[in-house]
Parts: sequence; C-alpha cells; structure tokens
Amino acid sequence: MSDGTESVRDRGYDDVIDAIAEGEGYYLECPEGHGSLPPRRLCPECGDDTLRKTPLPDVGSIDTYTRTEVPAPAFADDAPYVLAIADFGSVRLTGQVQGVDPESISVGYRVTVEVAESKTTGERLLAFRKR
Amino acid sequence: MTGPRVAGVGVTAFGRAPERTGRDLFGDAAQEAIRDAGVEHDDVEGVYYGNFMGELAEQQGHQGPMMAEAAGVQAPATRYETACASSGAAVRQAVRDVRNGEADVLLVGGAERMTNLGTAGATEALAIAADDLWEVRHGMTFPGAYALMAQAYFETFGGSREDLAHIAVKNHANAIENEHAQYQREITIDDVLDAPMVSSPLGLYDSCPISDGASAAVLVSEAYAREHDLDAPVAITGTGQGGDRIALHDREHLATSPAADAAAAEAYEDAGIDGDRIDLAEVHDCFTIAEVLAIESLGLYEPGEGIGAARRGETTAEGAVPVNLSGGLKAKGHPVGATGVGQIADVVKLLRGDHVNSDAVPDATVGVTHNAGGTVASAIVHVLEVAR
Repeated sequence: MSDGTESVRDRGYDDVIDAIAEGEGYYLECPEGHGSLPPRRLCPECGDDTLRKTPLPDVGSIDTYTRTEVPAPAFADDAPYVLAIADFGSVRLTGQVQGVDPESISVGYRVTVEVAESKTTGERLLAFRKR
Repeated sequence: MTGPRVAGVGVTAFGRAPERTGRDLFGDAAQEAIRDAGVEHDDVEGVYYGNFMGELAEQQGHQGPMMAEAAGVQAPATRYETACASSGAAVRQAVRDVRNGEADVLLVGGAERMTNLGTAGATEALAIAADDLWEVRHGMTFPGAYALMAQAYFETFGGSREDLAHIAVKNHANAIENEHAQYQREITIDDVLDAPMVSSPLGLYDSCPISDGASAAVLVSEAYAREHDLDAPVAITGTGQGGDRIALHDREHLATSPAADAAAAEAYEDAGIDGDRIDLAEVHDCFTIAEVLAIESLGLYEPGEGIGAARRGETTAEGAVPVNLSGGLKAKGHPVGATGVGQIADVVKLLRGDHVNSDAVPDATVGVTHNAGGTVASAIVHVLEVAR
C-alpha cells in the first residue's frame, strides 16, 4: 500500500475486521437472504438496498486450501503459509490457516476465524484456527 | 455466417525483453499486422488496445493514443482493461463495431511489459486483478487462487498432479517449433512433478512464465476486404463474454468457471455452431488447471472429464481437437495484455495454414479462443472460421 492510502480507513471493511477481532463478526444480508461481505451499498445478487448486519456463524468449514510457497512481497516473511476458503453459511471467507500442522488440513476441516497480522508488514489479515 | 475478416496479424516473440518498452513492442506487432493485412495506415479508423499493468510496470496510463502513434496510425484509440482478458475485450468491441457498420478497418492488439518488475513485483502486480480487501490482503496470489481451484477440482471430480503435468508437457511440446514462444523446449512428466512448489498442488511447471510481448490484428469489414481484394480467408463469426463475482470465494462453484461457460454459449450461438464443430482451440492456460476449466467451459468436455484429456492424447497435436498448438500461455508465454490477440493470431495462422503447427490440423475450418481475466471473473470467447 502506498503512503497516501495508509491513513484512509476502508469504511465497512475495517469495521467488520474490527468486529471479527472482537469476536463479533458479521456479514450483510438482504431480505431475500443473500449474504455478502462489506462494504456494500446493494445486495450483489438482487440489488436490494436493505442490508442488515447478521452475525457470522462461529464455525466454518474449509472448502479448499493451498500451501503458498511463493508469496507476494507483502507476505515475504510469512511464506510458506496455508491459504484457504472457508464456508460460514451465507458467506465464504479467504484467510490463512494458522496454528495447525498443514498436513492435517483437509476439506471439511472445521475452523473459527480471527484477526492476525502479517509477519512482513504488520497489516491485519483473517486467520482460521482449528475449532 | 457474418463477421469481420482478420486481414492481418502480427506478434512479437513472447519472452524476456526487460529493456524494451511497451510502445516499442506494440510498434513491432502493429507494423507486422498492417503489412500482413495489406491495408493503408490511413484507412485504419480506430485502435483498440489491451493492457493490464501499464501504470505499475511503466508508470504509463493513457496508453491508447501512445500505441496508435507507435503503430503509425492517426485514429482514435482506447485502452481496454479486463485483467488478463484485456485484448480479448478489445477484439470483442472491434468485432461489434465492424458489424454495426461503425468502422471498416480497425487495429486491435495488446502489449504488456512484466519482466522489468521482477518475479516479486510481477506477482504483486498480477494480484491486483483479485479483490484487494478480501483476497489480496489475506495472502492471495494468482498461483494461489488457481491452486485453490485445482484443489477444489480434485476434491469435486478427482484428478491428480500427474494429470495436470500432461497438460504442461503437451503445451511445451507444441511450442518447440514456435519461434515466438518463450520456451521452445521439451519437458517431461517428472520435470513437472519434481519442480519446486509454487502453491500446492501447482508447481513451477504448472505455471505460465512472466513475459514481455505484444500482439496485433487488423479487422476489416467483408465489404472492405472485397473492395480492396484482400486475401483474408478467416472471419470472426462469434463473440461472447461472461462475468462473475471478482472474489473466488463469492462464486457458487470453486471448480468450474461459469463466466467462461456463458462466454462460450454466447459465442457459439452468435456463430451458429456448437462445440462439435470445433477443430482446434487456443485457451487461457495460465496454470495447468486453467486449461481443464477452459475445455470444459468450451463444451469440449463435461465438467470433471477435462482433467484426463491431455493424458489420453485427445488434446495433443495428434488428438481429435488439439488445444494450444501454439504452446499456450504455459510455453508460449503470457504478456497479459497481449494474450487475447495473441490467441487470435495463432488461430488465424492455423486456419490459414501458415502456422508452424498447421500440419497438425490440415483440414481445420473452425477454431476458438478462450481468454480469461482474474480467476475467470471475466471471460471472452471468440469463434473463427474459414469463410466459405
């Protein structure tokens, strides 16, 4: 990220990251029941503008994962790391699986989500941990 | 069958040329395409140009007019950006404008300069095609994204790293005689399986290289071709585009590419053909798994069946429908903005019979191109046919 943008708060996104850090994660839900991740003005499925914060389930399950050996520069000191997509019901999240033996991870593995920091930049990121 | 004729094509060699600027590369490709077409520079009515990371690689925005200058053309010029499908989008717009009667002669193309960024810099630049907030900030790279799709594919349909290795081996074999290819050398299954891992299950040889290069084509109306007695036997008869959510995790399915399904369906309907008519395909194999997703979206295989196509020899040069006779992105190289029109150039040459691998498809009359942006949040498919 450039110096010019570091002080700018990504409203919506930073709010939900704060909430996940406090154990009160949420997603947005429209009256039709479509889930999406902030920031949103409209439901990306149906365009409805009535979006309400809905608690993120405590437990998700891994749909797919990869062990990344060659990172982007912002994760140079973090590699290798396991990146995964985990299903939390109405939304999925992408994050790093931390604190477990990578060999033990498989599809269906149950995880919780929390906020961790990049070892390289100190920036916040989503981390999945074994339930 | 209607559609503009591809009067001429031109490509630079794809590969490492960190000392060459984008305008230098595109100037070469455009000059070759205009010469191949046999049209006057003055007749070119517009330049439609694809580029993805020009601001990062060359600190250069507003590349359209610059590239018209580089091509020696005085005409309005617009840059198209849809990540790795940028010049595919430029072709699509040009096809529609010629059909609509807006223009008779258009120069389309693309260029990308990447190797001057280095591997880390290019990895970072490519990642901006993903969702910054919800993917890149958490460690998503492009190989990582396709690795997530590969793992999901294996989980859903089965398949192995060895199946994917056959795709890499095939595409390298196809590039051996292609003087424009970045890698003109054979590799073995063991080379692929033993290579360093990039993002499991994808290793170094499952991945396309970082490349510099440019491509160009001249599209003309049928009336113009007739009036000027151009030798332009290949027409673009079908165009289609599909879109999907930008973040991989927001897709319904992680092991298919619905945007490419939609693009193919639209292009086939437009051309009035179905998948059975296709003689050859150039598809967006940025990673080996991407070729599997592509040939399934093109209807050459049912979902779950494409993984074994290369291993069974069906998509090799000797197979029923050769895929990536150019070497594909995997061996030919992937200067991202140049790739879509590079695919068009290869199919045109294969259908005209002047491609180095034309002997593999001597009777071919129908070819398709499949160009994908991001993790296939954008997809563009074109059908090319020898005009009857």
